[in-house]
Amino acid sequence: MSDTAGQSLGLVEPKSVSFDETLRLESDGQLNGYTLAYETYGDLNAQHSNAILVCHALTGDHHAAGYYDDSGKSTGWWDNMIGPGKPIDTNKFFVVCSNNIGGCSGSTGPSSINPESGKPFGTDFPIVTVKDWVHTQAQLSDYLGITQWAAVVGGSLGGMQAMQWSISYPQRVRHCVLIAAAAKLNAQNIGFNDVARQAIRTDPDFCDGNYYQHETSPSRGMRVARMVAHITYLSEDMMGQKFGRNLRKKAKFDYEFTPEFEVESYLRYQGDAFVNRFDANTYLLMTKALDYFDPAAETGNDLTTALSPATADFFVASFTSDWRFAPERSREIVRALQSNKLNVSYTEVACPQGHDSFLLEIDDYTRVLRAYLNRVARRLDKSATGARE
Amino acid sequence: MIESIRSSNLSRHDFQIIADWVEPNSRVIDLGCGNGSLLKHLQDSKNVSGYGVELSPEMIDQCIDNDINVIQTNLDQGLGHFDSNSFDTVILSLTLQAMRQPRRLLEEMMRVGKEGIVTFPNFAHWRNRWQIAFGGRMPVSKQLPFKWYNTPNIHLCTLKDFHALCEQLGFKIESSIAVKADGAQSLGLKTMPNLFGEIALCRFSKR
Repeated sequence: MSDTAGQSLGLVEPKSVSFDETLRLESDGQLNGYTLAYETYGDLNAQHSNAILVCHALTGDHHAAGYYDDSGKSTGWWDNMIGPGKPIDTNKFFVVCSNNIGGCSGSTGPSSINPESGKPFGTDFPIVTVKDWVHTQAQLSDYLGITQWAAVVGGSLGGMQAMQWSISYPQRVRHCVLIAAAAKLNAQNIGFNDVARQAIRTDPDFCDGNYYQHETSPSRGMRVARMVAHITYLSEDMMGQKFGRNLRKKAKFDYEFTPEFEVESYLRYQGDAFVNRFDANTYLLMTKALDYFDPAAETGNDLTTALSPATADFFVASFTSDWRFAPERSREIVRALQSNKLNVSYTEVACPQGHDSFLLEIDDYTRVLRAYLNRVARRLDKSATGARE
Repeated sequence: MIESIRSSNLSRHDFQIIADWVEPNSRVIDLGCGNGSLLKHLQDSKNVSGYGVELSPEMIDQCIDNDINVIQTNLDQGLGHFDSNSFDTVILSLTLQAMRQPRRLLEEMMRVGKEGIVTFPNFAHWRNRWQIAFGGRMPVSKQLPFKWYNTPNIHLCTLKDFHALCEQLGFKIESSIAVKADGAQSLGLKTMPNLFGEIALCRFSKR
């Protein structure tokens, strides 16, 4: 790990802002006002030109970097990438990350109290889409006084938001970083998502989504959902390397249904950890947002036309072992950007860690991301001196 | 390995020959762009736009440092990423000889672009001929620094060979120059380029 330069942001604090106006959603639903939880790192410069928006993925939230206490358990999900001297360098950039609406970490979501009923929204919470999220993030940008992001950055579902930004608000994005993303899910992806949703919805404790009132939660369904999803975030090779057929603390089979293989106990542990930190209704909503995302659907299934409003300089990265959002999905995006004669650089990082790679510190990946963000920073200096190309 | 031949062999002098062949403000793609220095030179001197294509991760980082667009891809898999007729000039510099299917790549170049520029080490240079004829060994030189068993240069050709292939593919040679790696001029170079040229530079178009 040669590229671990940089320090932790240390203690950070979440913030939140509430917007009163009615939010009309792509699904025809609406929210009569909403709250966004967010965090910021680094300082906004005088020209307000050094802001980077980080969009979180399926089960992420606004706590991207730093930590809340000394427990060692409250570190942000992208702390390896964001901080002083890290690839997303908070000495140079003002970094913003917000929790998407529908979330369960502070932004308005299914577990929030519905002001009209005085009870949690539950399944009354409307379906939200990537476009809706980007719209709320734009509201947050206005609130923070950021008219144009130096870069919008995201991995996986976060990359979809970054892409949507470049389409919905082209004039507000100078650089767009899409990591392990896709322009739409394929049938296999939607299939996996539906397995997860069915696991949750058929759990008797789901109570039609109103489990909050019954002081329970569909934890068995959530556990299965997470176990399946987790397998898809790793690669066959990685699982082989990590667990193989190793048995847990013993040399031979017990011929029982208790977890015997290492991989079984690992996945169960991952499932349990997830149940404790995540809301089932949020998980249902987030997976639906993934399924629905398809900007080309509005332009005759032509991604080039869908991306034609974009003006940003793009950086696209994929990972060779990622079969959930395979390199081919990223290449489709690159091809559409090239057809629009847009500036784009693309890298395909060779590594065994699968879709999860985008969250990890992998030398080739960390280095190239650092190089690209240095480019964003160099142009910042140019624009500050008035010599912007 | 391929990158190391490229960066050490193409001089500023060769850059200038290529730059003279490229229209200002045109769309250019540089296949096997290495650290991006040629494309950077063309961006700065001719205000071209376009992309570099490269395989090595280290070179990708350097391209990004050099402020050029770079696409990481294996040229042996063709140019499927790129639309037909989307570039004015397609450059393939000191890379052709390392391709598995040079002929197919040349055809691909003429699919995506109007003009092609190819540079390659001229295998017919007299020093190579000498080493084979009198030493009886595969040539090793500054341009071709590898042994036969570890060379990435699997499809070496001569200036004449290249012209013949262009003829066969129906390409028109617009310009053809042979140079010495150090840029030095000589009468022999002009009269017998296939004997005295270390590096060949050819510009061609669809007939």
